[in-house]
Amino acid sequence: MVRYILRRLLQVIPVFLGTTLLVYYMVFALPGDPIAALFGERQPPQSVIDTLRAQYNLDQPFWVQYGIFLKNIFTFNLGVDFTQQPIADSLARAFPVTAMLAIEALIIQAVFGIAFGVFAGLRRGKLFDSTVLIVSLVVIAVPTFVLGFVFQLVFGVQLGWAKPTVGANADWGNLLLPAFVLGLVSFAYVLRLTRATVSENMNADYVRTATAKGLSRPRVIMAHILRNSLIPVVTYLGANLGGLMGGAIVTEGIFNIPGVGNKLFQAIQRSEGPTIVAIVSVLVLVFVITNLLVDLLYAWLDPRIRYDQ
Amino acid sequence: MRFSRTSKALGVAAIIALAATGCGGGGGSDTNNSAATDPNKVISAYSNEPQNPLLPANTNEVYGGRVVELLFEGLRAYDASGKPVNALAESIETEDSQNWTIKVKSGAKFTNGEAITAKTFVDSWNFAALSTNLQNNGYFFDSIEGYADVSAVNETTAADGKKTSTPAPTAQTMSGLAATDDQTITVKLVQPEADWSLRLGYSAFYPLPSEALADPKKFGENPVGNGPYKFEKEGAWVHDQQISLVKNADYSGPRAAKNGGVTFKFYTDPGPAYTDLQGDNLDVTDVLPSNALKTYTTDFQDRNSTKPVANNSTLNIPGYNPNFQGEAGKLRRQALSHAINRDEITKVIFNGTRTPATEFTAPVLDGYTDSIPGNDVLKFDATKAKELWAEAEKLQPYDASKPLQIASNTDGGNKEWIDAVANGFKNNLGIESEIQPFAKFAEVLDLRKSQSIPGLTRAGWQGDYPSLYNFLGPVWGTNASSNYEKYSNPEFDKLLKEGLGSKTPEEANAKFNQAQEILFEDLPGLPLWYLNRPIVWSNNVVSADTGWNGGILYYNIEAK
Amino acid sequence: MTSNSEHFVAPVDETPLQATDSVKTDQAPVSLWADAWRKLRRRPMFIVSAFLILLLTTIALFPGLFTSVAPNNDCQLANSEGAPTAGHPLGFTLQGCDVYSRVIHGTQASLSVGVLSVICVVIIGVTFGALAGYYGGWLDAVLARVGDIFFALPIILGALVVTQLPFFRENRGVWTVVITISLLAWPQMARITRGAVIEVRNSDFVTAARSLGVSKFGALLKHALPNALAPIIVLATLELGVFIVLEATLSFLGVGLPTSVMSWGNDISAANASIRTTPGILLYPAAALSITVLSFIMLGDAVRDALDPKSRQR
Repeated sequence: MVRYILRRLLQVIPVFLGTTLLVYYMVFALPGDPIAALFGERQPPQSVIDTLRAQYNLDQPFWVQYGIFLKNIFTFNLGVDFTQQPIADSLARAFPVTAMLAIEALIIQAVFGIAFGVFAGLRRGKLFDSTVLIVSLVVIAVPTFVLGFVFQLVFGVQLGWAKPTVGANADWGNLLLPAFVLGLVSFAYVLRLTRATVSENMNADYVRTATAKGLSRPRVIMAHILRNSLIPVVTYLGANLGGLMGGAIVTEGIFNIPGVGNKLFQAIQRSEGPTIVAIVSVLVLVFVITNLLVDLLYAWLDPRIRYDQ
Repeated sequence: MRFSRTSKALGVAAIIALAATGCGGGGGSDTNNSAATDPNKVISAYSNEPQNPLLPANTNEVYGGRVVELLFEGLRAYDASGKPVNALAESIETEDSQNWTIKVKSGAKFTNGEAITAKTFVDSWNFAALSTNLQNNGYFFDSIEGYADVSAVNETTAADGKKTSTPAPTAQTMSGLAATDDQTITVKLVQPEADWSLRLGYSAFYPLPSEALADPKKFGENPVGNGPYKFEKEGAWVHDQQISLVKNADYSGPRAAKNGGVTFKFYTDPGPAYTDLQGDNLDVTDVLPSNALKTYTTDFQDRNSTKPVANNSTLNIPGYNPNFQGEAGKLRRQALSHAINRDEITKVIFNGTRTPATEFTAPVLDGYTDSIPGNDVLKFDATKAKELWAEAEKLQPYDASKPLQIASNTDGGNKEWIDAVANGFKNNLGIESEIQPFAKFAEVLDLRKSQSIPGLTRAGWQGDYPSLYNFLGPVWGTNASSNYEKYSNPEFDKLLKEGLGSKTPEEANAKFNQAQEILFEDLPGLPLWYLNRPIVWSNNVVSADTGWNGGILYYNIEAK
Repeated sequence: MTSNSEHFVAPVDETPLQATDSVKTDQAPVSLWADAWRKLRRRPMFIVSAFLILLLTTIALFPGLFTSVAPNNDCQLANSEGAPTAGHPLGFTLQGCDVYSRVIHGTQASLSVGVLSVICVVIIGVTFGALAGYYGGWLDAVLARVGDIFFALPIILGALVVTQLPFFRENRGVWTVVITISLLAWPQMARITRGAVIEVRNSDFVTAARSLGVSKFGALLKHALPNALAPIIVLATLELGVFIVLEATLSFLGVGLPTSVMSWGNDISAANASIRTTPGILLYPAAALSITVLSFIMLGDAVRDALDPKSRQR
């Protein structure tokens, strides 16, 4: 087992190289001079632009730029962004906030999604099942900017249950409302995945056996149906954590959360290569590690799955 | 805002009427209000992360600019209407518009105790202009003699034909700038410029303490100034979150703070700021989400204001587009202009936060007039538009293989009005037209610089200093810095130059407006509208107001 | 152990002996798919969803049958956010365009984006995921890590790059969006498939098939994969809706469909401008989207039931 984990962790190296190379090249290929764009309608003399381009190594060919980036990474120096701020500092500010938000959203969607999904799966076609179907449709068809806006207005302003925006006060409590909005779309996925596998497993032989053994219904549901239904759900949740961390642009915008999603979006708009690559590298690490955890969970959920061959 | 101004006027009229009939009880609430203000309370305001370290000559965007303007005070300051008043300057004199003598008030100090003398200004300006210091606003000194030497560049051409220019100044200081004694600055310009002193209130001309010149980057994180406010403490700029300013008790200029301080809270989107204001969690904002333009006067009854500012929008028609060249092109440009219903768009899309344009500058400027000959081309007239288009069609057929695209970046809330303008072209001229959206501003800029915008492009200008020239020279002058579509008319340039060389501002403005007649003749761009900046404020403050350039006068806000 | 519970013995006469199921030896064995189709035809859920999808397809192909109002050619600001009038049953957008006509004409682009993207994602994701999960080892490592790389790419960056490709720079359209989405969304599908295949690859029925001489690949195709379909179908049906909305985001940022191509996504994001004044404008394209997703979810449910050997009702 230890060898398996080590082998998986070693795979981080090629993934890191592949990702950084790809992302760096994509940013490199984007049209538009990012330095000139910093000045808006009023352009400074070309010498200012050219000197700044040289400062950020943007005048170098692609391989030189990428080489400098790699060299810097291995000396733990991420460089500065176009606002002259050290990238390491701004990531150190953004990631904890986003991690809190993502974890909270993950917990919310996992708890509600699985609970509702089990209920709906056990009573297919009944009222509860149809109700949650409608809910998941609404969640998918109404875009986040609307849901977020409505939640903010209702719970933040009218009812006053939560602060409408987060801003500088990012803590677990203040992030609850945005985490709820963020988790909604994935909640629909978790719910429907759980429902599908639960209803499938209800008729499985081992469930009949367990019921025949005289086990109580809650125990059959928890220990047999649920445990065997969780593999797709766990896969989804694992893959989703990374998405929640990098893709929460809209939610972070609505609730004014100074997180990674906004940083990334802004950096893409500015073609700020080093920032984009740094953020994506961290996200890739998150993916690789959560995927490893998910695979280890498989073996726990289903003892037939083994990795040691 | 027209509405609130009327209601205030009605209120005043009512009080006068009451007083006249001897029932003097009505005025009480007003005095109570002012008695309840707290001059030491800190207010909070909408902002975003500044792009650069906070050095005045390096700050060329709004979010850094508003902080710098509160931290520093220059030789002059602009009052709410845009009129320059002397601040640190005792007097500014010139005989010939070319040689200027500025007397600096004695006794002024930075908040670290350093005295501000004539030499402080000379050093600061030389620092800002020297090209190796890479100050974004360095070009503001280009009219001073010797600027060419401090800004000289070395141009190299790489093997692939790419040109690179590097700063290679041949002098460290500008020859036309000198401090003859502690209180006197003499400035010699390259050529006479009547409105030169107007720009002395712009942030590029602010004085800097010596520590700024020694280590600009470190200084920019914790700037020390001489303005109405100062940093609350070392590290008051919490990146990505806020900047906290407190009142500078030693300040004695025209912009004395009426509150205890301003905390600029950073928002990446105006929507949440609007929500925060509705909950009184934020005190004032000057950026409204576009979907609130129709609701802000009801959401913030008696707590909003909408005032014209020095900011306009145009739709540029690149001269390199074959559809708009020659005699036929001229008719088509006029047809496009007649096909835009400016009144309806400013009403329906902008709900009165824009005013239809009547010329190429802005109404708040000294010298503005709405009766420049030729400006009837800005009137909406569908029949005329159709006629002109048909006439052009006879001269040279229109290439309709591609829809007429209007290029714009998508992150600025421009889509709604561009859609409306494009629909106007479709309905009134019978041509296909649509927005050409770009996710990145850099891309549009690149296309504009390389002269390859396929259709039209939107443009706009926000005044740096209140002068007609600032709206004409940098935008439409031959080879000017922001003239990306490379419009060029020697006659226009000549009139601008004559205007700059005039003895009085009135003479100058007459020349500038004459130059605008040429613009109306050529129509290199279609003036669209002027901005009326809407702002709203919370229940925690008495009121708020904007200055000539649309910036909120933070120092004037009284907290309750 | 002393307790008052008695040993439970079933009464003899409770379950009488029954005749063994007779096997019709003369009949050819029915294939999995034929069997599924036979059951599918009888399910009301399938009939309803098939009807809805047929209707949507008709609207997409022949919008002119459902509205005579040209959606994009007579938008008058005078009608901005106007209430329904005769001939314009759902009112007007901010730009004064007919909402009903736009929803009808937007069907084609939205349905194409959704369906085509899902098809591409399923093809790439299921192939990679099934191979990775079933064979394991180095193949799994390589495919899974490639998936990680693609999953980490920000979608907006990917879209920006795709729209810059020489072919798409000049003719943007549905395919630009489909390729962007498929390129970046397949890893999710691959991971789900991989997990589901890993779960069943050691099952008795796969081992049984193998020991009966079915090739390893054949066992994957005929036995492992059909039993791993449930989560794939759920993911695919939900992604259909999510992709249609995603198109809106991309178009809004200028890296999706041009504005001349009408789509529900375009209309949904354009409705943002009216959300404080006339939120109703948003309702209709969102409702069209919901109906589409609903019909595909129902279809997916029905297909999955028909294919699932465990849920066979006797």
